[in-house]
Amino acid sequence: MTALPASTPKKLGLAIDLDICVGCHACVINCKEWNTSNYGAPLGDQDAYGANPVGTFLNRIHTFEVKAPEQPAQTVHFPKSCLHCEDAPCVTVCPTGASYKRAEDGIVLVNESDCIGCGLCAWACPYGARELDAQEGVMKKCTLCVDRIYNENLPEEDREPACVRTCPANARHFGDFADPESNVSKMSAERGGLVLMEDQDTKPVNRYLPPRPKADIQTDGDIDILAPFLEPVADTPKGLLGWLDKALEAI
Amino acid sequence: MHPAPSVIIFTCISGLGFGLLTFLGLNFPDVSGWTAFWFFFIAFGLAVGGLVSSTFHLGNPQRAWKAFSQWRTSWLSREGVFAVLALMVMGLYALLVIFFDTKIAPLGWLGAALSLITAICTSMIYGQMKTVPRWNMSSTPVLYVMYSLAGGALLAGQMTAALVLIVFLTGFQIYAWMQGDKRFDEAGHTIESATGLGNLGKVRLLESPHSGENYLTKEMIHKIGRKHAMKLRIISALFLGVLPIFVMTFMEVHHIGAAVLVISHMIGLFISRWLFFAEAEHVVGLYYDKR
Ligand code: SF4
Ligand code: SF4
Ligand code: SF4
Repeated sequence: MTALPASTPKKLGLAIDLDICVGCHACVINCKEWNTSNYGAPLGDQDAYGANPVGTFLNRIHTFEVKAPEQPAQTVHFPKSCLHCEDAPCVTVCPTGASYKRAEDGIVLVNESDCIGCGLCAWACPYGARELDAQEGVMKKCTLCVDRIYNENLPEEDREPACVRTCPANARHFGDFADPESNVSKMSAERGGLVLMEDQDTKPVNRYLPPRPKADIQTDGDIDILAPFLEPVADTPKGLLGWLDKALEAI
Repeated sequence: MHPAPSVIIFTCISGLGFGLLTFLGLNFPDVSGWTAFWFFFIAFGLAVGGLVSSTFHLGNPQRAWKAFSQWRTSWLSREGVFAVLALMVMGLYALLVIFFDTKIAPLGWLGAALSLITAICTSMIYGQMKTVPRWNMSSTPVLYVMYSLAGGALLAGQMTAALVLIVFLTGFQIYAWMQGDKRFDEAGHTIESATGLGNLGKVRLLESPHSGENYLTKEMIHKIGRKHAMKLRIISALFLGVLPIFVMTFMEVHHIGAAVLVISHMIGLFISRWLFFAEAEHVVGLYYDKR
């Protein structure tokens, strides 16, 4: 049913740290690897080795440059995957009931055997989190690795989304936003987690932790701001070096 | 948005078909026997042909019947349900008119109402999209219904009604184009608001997630042809309204004249519907620094 649950006891989602992400795309690759070989239709590629490769991805990293006047520009890597919205417009537009939001944990999923591939849900998502697979003609989206997080066949430490598990910088965190004491809730409260495109009224669950303000270091015209902190090395040489130093000075 | 031919054909001709059915249900023109057969034949051909064409852009059309299930929340589903109801009621009405020479007026009115509701549902598939500010305004349903009725009146040979409707439609279409031009900026969407990074400074895309295209950029970010939008609007308005209005006001319209009117109006309609898609900008484009 494409009616949304009034509320969900759990709100599983991601806290993504824009200050930490280094834009390595490891999460993109691991997401694709896990999701192409597990639940549902594989994530197809077309012309993979040709001139115009295209393919289905559930997680993509954009890289932005932010420039304030009189300041050096700042690079912000921006991972983007489904935000598992509470008021998910992608679910309510679906004519077949293939798109749904789970009442128990709020994960937004597509039942592929009901999906007709009309693409309407992808139009309704403001974040570009849904992609129609050209091979299978069904809608693909982030499942929050629903087949990992509850999977008792996996070792405990692997029971989190593939992107979170793989991130070498620890920029992605998985947890329950309905629980104010959870890791993600605390992190988001502390850092003022961003709600993406709030004006679209989708009430996303995922939060983006904004880049921390850059330290405003006064350099007094000295380009190398660290040099003054270095201990001077070998101020007065001793031994052989000392003799050499004196000898050379004498010439 | 990508102007997919199947969707343009679907919205145009099924709109005309249901417009004609609306007039036939209201007993305009008052026909029976073979004449009625041909009117209903054209109406059903357009309405059904459009619906069939709409399945061509589906990834899995063999499951299309499942789309009738979610009428509680989905305008697309509602459209399917009302289309089938309208076709069934008008089918029964047509059978009685053609073969039994019986007109049950209330049945025709019901069919007319259902046909009109179908046109509204079609318009709301687009009108509901908050992600596409140019579509997300009250003029979208008004426009679709006016297109449906004006074309329907023309096909039904109701020249006075057609003249009045086409005058209003042309004026309203020009107004909607102008309103639409302002919508994206009025909605306040910028790359800064989309990324939430505006408080840190001016934002631009440094590197796209991938070097090529993807489903999103192909489907939602369509820029080709937009540079000719102004010319196309003028051409559309000429064919859609100006020419038919001129002919209807100053000339005696016979059979061939009527065919020319219909064809001219349809050319204008197809161009304006192409623009409806091609000019629409989806907010996801902001993440790609494109609109
Ligand atoms: S991010 Fe997009 S696909 Fe995911 S729940 Fe929200 S609207 Fe739906
Ligand atoms: S593409 Fe599939 S999931 Fe999306 S709205 Fe259409 S039927 Fe529903
Ligand atoms: S793996 Fe982590 S650091 Fe690398 S792009 Fe993904 S979120 Fe950023």
